Amino acid sequence: MAERVRVRAWGSHGLHVRTPHYLRGRTGVIERCLGPFPNPEKLAYRLPAEAQTLYRVRFTMAELWGPSAENPDDTVDAEIYAHWLEPADAP
Amino acid sequence: MDKSWHDMGGDPAGPVIPAEHDFALWEKRVDALFMLTTAKGLFTVDALRRVLEDMGPEAFETMTYYERWITAVNRNLIEAGVYSTAELAAKIAEVKARGADYGTASLGGGDG
Amino acid sequence: MPHDHPDHGGISPSGHPYRPDQDGPLTEAQALEIAVRELLIEKGIVTAGEIAAAIARMDARSPAVGARIVARAWTDPAFKARLLADGSAAAREMGADIDALKLVVVENTPDTHNAIVCTLCSCYPRTLLGLPPDWYKSREYRSRMVREPRRVLAEFGLHLPPNVRVRVHDSTADMRYIVLPARPAGTEGWSEEQLAAIVTRDCMIGVAVPRLPG
Repeated sequence: MAERVRVRAWGSHGLHVRTPHYLRGRTGVIERCLGPFPNPEKLAYRLPAEAQTLYRVRFTMAELWGPSAENPDDTVDAEIYAHWLEPADAP
Repeated sequence: MDKSWHDMGGDPAGPVIPAEHDFALWEKRVDALFMLTTAKGLFTVDALRRVLEDMGPEAFETMTYYERWITAVNRNLIEAGVYSTAELAAKIAEVKARGADYGTASLGGGDG
Repeated sequence: MPHDHPDHGGISPSGHPYRPDQDGPLTEAQALEIAVRELLIEKGIVTAGEIAAAIARMDARSPAVGARIVARAWTDPAFKARLLADGSAAAREMGADIDALKLVVVENTPDTHNAIVCTLCSCYPRTLLGLPPDWYKSREYRSRMVREPRRVLAEFGLHLPPNVRVRVHDSTADMRYIVLPARPAGTEGWSEEQLAAIVTRDCMIGVAVPRLPG
């Protein structure tokens, strides 16, 4: 996985997902890799869950909230599963 | 890109009210039932959250935390086939017939 | 089992000492809890003893456990390094009963302040600190903490200067977090016990910093 990543701007369609809406489509930097974890999008429906690699990704307030950011250099770190991430330079 | 009601990050909201309370026995029991039934593999916290989310914002605004949890634990146990809706209905009728407060409706009088 | 509330010396309609959490009219949720519990016991899935033991285990978890870990980190640099590298292992080393908790410890420094939230539900390091306060689970805290953390922290009485960077940690998945606060000046030579006494739950959530008494 690239160092700079973008969270996929997928819809959730009322399904159980653990990728917050406010991070979708936003670009951040991988803070650390946490290793494989069972996919909660399967566990929520009592299904066998494949492992997904989980990353901690760091976003600046400027990236998340633009000019209305309270302090542009403050950050939010969140855990995002690999299938919700793509390289920041992907088309 | 749709946003579910429970996905609150960044929403405008009022001041944080620094509320807290000591948990009642029945709330601790709900917590314990969740911990034990998930530890025994009947469902996972993800399935608890899925039901809590599907219960919608009205439940979030009108029910307390453990009121929502016992509803979600119960639904998962039904989904897991642990007991039937008929068994549940009969048990609830039995519980309510014992008394009008928690202590007397609970066999053994709550924690005595 | 321990009582959570002192009784008020009165006698309830059912003839036992009054308990405000047990002697109000039976709610639908309480009736459901009793029914689910009894069905699980009748089906042989859990025992009453297991339920009592689970409650006792949860009652034994409190911010005091986290405070001991913080105090150790303040006095033992090697322990602090282990705590930051693998929070769960270091907490177990201190004897904390944390189940499968995957703990990440984030450190406050002179130029960085950390705070914890869960915007999607209310994930919290419950097996380390005990159950979360109601405000942590509120719409207001969950919504605003990732957008205007400085204003939220100011509502808690914590006013951070602009040169201190705020790092908010949204517990979106499998990790749980505590903040390792900075050791305040004026505590040189204090024992671990004295140090632990100034580490509150709110310091470990990151909505407060340790203060010297008086």
